[in-house]
Amino acid sequence: MIEVQHLTKRYGPVTAVDDVSFKVERGEILGFLGPNGAGKTTTMRVLTGYMPPTEGKAMVAGYDVSEQPIEAKRRTGYLPETPPLYPEMTVSEYLMFCARIKGVPRADRKTRVATAMERTRVADMAKRHCGKLSKGYKQRVGLAQALLHNPDVLILDEPTAGLDPKQIIETRRLIKELAGDHTIILSTHILPEVSQTCQRVVIINKGRVVAIDTPDNLTAKLRGSEAMYVEIDATESNVRPVLAALSGVTQVSETSTRAGHLAFEVQSEQGRDVRRDIAAAIVRQGWGLLELRPMRMSLEEIFLSLTTEDAAVVTPAEVAHE
Amino acid sequence: MNNILAIAHKELRGYFASPIAYIVIGLFALAYGYFFYALLLFFDRSSMQMAGMGAQQSANVNEQLISPAFQNTMVVFLFILPMVTMRTYSEEKRSGTIELLLTAPLTDFQIIMGKFLGAMGLYAAMLAITLIHIGVLFAIGNPEPLPIVTSYIGMLLMGGCFIAVGLLISSMTKNQIIAGMVTFVVFLMLWVIDWISTFMGPTGQAILSYLSFTSHLSDFMRGVIDTKHVVYYLSFIAFGLFLTARSVDTERWRG
Repeated sequence: MIEVQHLTKRYGPVTAVDDVSFKVERGEILGFLGPNGAGKTTTMRVLTGYMPPTEGKAMVAGYDVSEQPIEAKRRTGYLPETPPLYPEMTVSEYLMFCARIKGVPRADRKTRVATAMERTRVADMAKRHCGKLSKGYKQRVGLAQALLHNPDVLILDEPTAGLDPKQIIETRRLIKELAGDHTIILSTHILPEVSQTCQRVVIINKGRVVAIDTPDNLTAKLRGSEAMYVEIDATESNVRPVLAALSGVTQVSETSTRAGHLAFEVQSEQGRDVRRDIAAAIVRQGWGLLELRPMRMSLEEIFLSLTTEDAAVVTPAEVAHE
Repeated sequence: MNNILAIAHKELRGYFASPIAYIVIGLFALAYGYFFYALLLFFDRSSMQMAGMGAQQSANVNEQLISPAFQNTMVVFLFILPMVTMRTYSEEKRSGTIELLLTAPLTDFQIIMGKFLGAMGLYAAMLAITLIHIGVLFAIGNPEPLPIVTSYIGMLLMGGCFIAVGLLISSMTKNQIIAGMVTFVVFLMLWVIDWISTFMGPTGQAILSYLSFTSHLSDFMRGVIDTKHVVYYLSFIAFGLFLTARSVDTERWRG
């Protein structure tokens, strides 16, 4: 549905997006993750036909955005970073205008506007001027505008920015609902949002793609080995050797020692579940097992490790091999 | 065409939903009203004098009142039209609504034409105010209708040139004040460019007086529609809008 091939965008000497390629299948939600200034907005602006790429090409719904911009734009709904509202228009006037320029037939405009307002929960503000809306409402009117013409592709630049927690949950639910009929790309720098809404994630830093995968795979694959967090009620000092002696365990490190509470991080070989052995060993020794859980790298850690200087060389292929 | 009208309609709504339309129309009515009143007093005195001296012909309303009034109208527009055009692109760029227009299935040409027609609509509304005074003249006197009709055509064409230049300058900056100031100075220069023409030798003189806005208006005021002048105004407008399209496109590349 969306295909980006070797996309590069330069502003004079500055390269904002550098040789980015990815694909999004029909009905999928792709998360675009990256620190501020990573090139998320620029990539989206190229996809929506707002600006042409310097090199490479972008296809939306089968149309090249530079060659056949009108056809591509007809099939794209776009919510920019700042919702593009005219302050002097009321919400319904604004949406009627948007429907008109997006080519919604006159007879359908009223129902489309009503549906979009319903879905984004802005119907109660229909008569209010856009300039007088709260940030959350502005954001949702912007989203309504993107949905109006029932586009195949939705491109949402930070759709939950400025919303309160309840609205964020509602918006995420709405985005998930939309995923069936629409293909969605959303950008964000809020990490939980990606794991909650997106099927796949593109992590981008300094204009380059550093990883593309599902949130789960990213979390799992990025670790070279499995790690367990073990908390034991014991006073003995030989806990560590006992754990280290178990087969499959590669490394044991003590993370905290309070009286009666010993906590360890146990690393094991990739793909080997040593939880049963650990539990059995502890019971055999007569210690109390207080907690035993797998430690997964949170998306935050992945994100940081991928976007900090020394880790930025990890290519998608390397991530996949690990 | 529907898309052009949609944008034009939006532009006009933008003018009338904000105080801009009312302020520019009000200020125009005030300034024009004063000019007309002053000219009427002069006209009144000179026609009295002519009658007192026993002249055969009475004073010519068209030449001595309406034409000068229209000339003054254009001077007032010189000041007012920058206020109309300065926001057209600048405001959309500043508020980010330009992203809505440029990512909607519209061509740049449709957006530019829509904006042009929208501004022309407001200009025509201001020009319509002058019809009141003309109406009064018809009610109590008998001016010649033809020069009045051609004058309006000329003024619409000239206003179109102002607006095309204004759109171009507005498309080049996010800052409305800069857009307004630059537009005003450019209008002014185009207005007075032929002042120095007499010092420029035959070729320079021809070029400068051809470029000047004003030299092309006088024939319209006299009731003559000369293709030469129509071509000047229309090609000026077309060139202005073409440059605006280039400017919008350049901005896209630059981001």
